[in-house]
Amino acid sequence: MADNRADTRVSMRTPLARVKGLGAAGHGVEHWWLHRVTAVANIPLVIAFVIVVAALAGSSYQDAIAIVSHPLVAILLILAVVSVTNHMRLGMQIVIEDYVHDKGLRVVAVIANNFYAAVIAVACLYAILKVSLGRILV
Amino acid sequence: MAQFTLPKNSQYTEGKSWPKPAGATNVQEFRIYRWNPDDGANPRIDTYYVDRDDCGPMVLDALLWIKNNVDSTLTFRRSCREGICGSCAMNIMGGNTLACTLGIDDCGDGAIKIYPLPHMPVLKDLVPDLTSFFAQHASIEPWLQTETAEPETEWRQTPEDRSKLDGLYECILCACCTTSCPSYWWNGDRFLGPAALLQAYRWLIDSRDENTGERLDNLHDPFRLYRCHTIMNCANTCPKGLNPAKAIAEIKKMMVARAV
Repeated sequence: MADNRADTRVSMRTPLARVKGLGAAGHGVEHWWLHRVTAVANIPLVIAFVIVVAALAGSSYQDAIAIVSHPLVAILLILAVVSVTNHMRLGMQIVIEDYVHDKGLRVVAVIANNFYAAVIAVACLYAILKVSLGRILV
Repeated sequence: MAQFTLPKNSQYTEGKSWPKPAGATNVQEFRIYRWNPDDGANPRIDTYYVDRDDCGPMVLDALLWIKNNVDSTLTFRRSCREGICGSCAMNIMGGNTLACTLGIDDCGDGAIKIYPLPHMPVLKDLVPDLTSFFAQHASIEPWLQTETAEPETEWRQTPEDRSKLDGLYECILCACCTTSCPSYWWNGDRFLGPAALLQAYRWLIDSRDENTGERLDNLHDPFRLYRCHTIMNCANTCPKGLNPAKAIAEIKKMMVARAV
C-alpha cells in the first residue's frame, strides 16, 4: 500500500485519482478464460501422456520410435505440449504479476516467461515431429 | 518483490505492562498494539488487565473499559457498538472482525491479542488509514445509474430481482475482508479488493441499473478484478457473514458471458 502521509508525490493527488490511475486495461478475461480452458484440456491430455510414457518405459529403441510415430500418439503428444505450455505460461504470469512489483523487472519477467514457454513448446514439438516424421522424410 | 517482513520502523517491541485492577478476582489479560506517530518510536505491545466483573461482555467493552479506567491514550474507532457502522474493525486473535460483535468469552484462553487491520498504513494505535479503501469503493460508482427518463414514482423491480441483492446490500464497509486478502496486501494500489468488488457486483446485478456494460468495462483489468485468486479469506473473516469471493466469481462469469 502506498502510504499517503510518507510520500508527498502520492499525497498531492486525490485518492480517487490514484485509484483510477490509467483506467481499466480492457483485457484480462481472455487470460482467465484460456487458463480455465487449458486446465480442462490438460486432464485428458496429461492422462494420455502418462499412458504413453508408461508404454515407452522399458521398450526397445525401435519400439519406442514406433509408438511415438503412431499418428494418434503423436497428435495427442502435440496437443498435450500446446495445452500444458500455454497453461504454464498463463499461470506463471499470474504469479509474476502478484509478487514482482518493480515495473521494469515485471515487464522483463513476463517477457522471459513467454520466451521460456515458447522455447519449451517448440523444442518438444520439434522432438515429437522429428521422431514421428523421421522415418518418412529420411 | 512483495514484502514479506515488516520494515525496520514497523517491527514492534515489548511495551508497558499496566497494573492489574486492585481487588479484582476475574481478570482478563489483553495485549494491544500501540503506535504513536509523534514520538518517533517503533510500535509496541502493551499489556492490560481488565476486571471482567466490572466490564461488558464484548471485546469493544473491554477496550472502552481500558480507555476509561487504565489508559486514556489508547486510540481506536468505535461508534454504534452493534455491528452496523463498521468502525471498530480490527485484528483480534489473528482474525479481522468487529470488536463490538465478538464476545470476550469467544476469544479462547490466555491473553487476547489486538492489532490494527493488517497491511494498511497506521494512523495511531488501532486506527488504520482507510483513505484508499474508500476511494476504491467510490471508483466503482456505487449508485443507481440510468438513462431512461425517471419514472414519476420509483424504479420498479420484481421481488425475485430484489432478492438478488440479499447477501450484498448488508455490507457495512468495515474493511475486514479487504485487509485480510493477500492479493490486496501485495497489489492494494491496483486490485480493488473484495469489499469494493462485492459492492460493484451489487450494482451489476441490480435489475434497475442501465450501466451494466460500462460497469464491467471499468472492472475489465488484470489487476482491478483478476488479482482475486479465490483465496476465500474474505468470506471466512466477514463479520456480517457475507461472501465477497462468490460475488467476485459472479463478476468473472459475467465477463465470460459477454465475451464467449
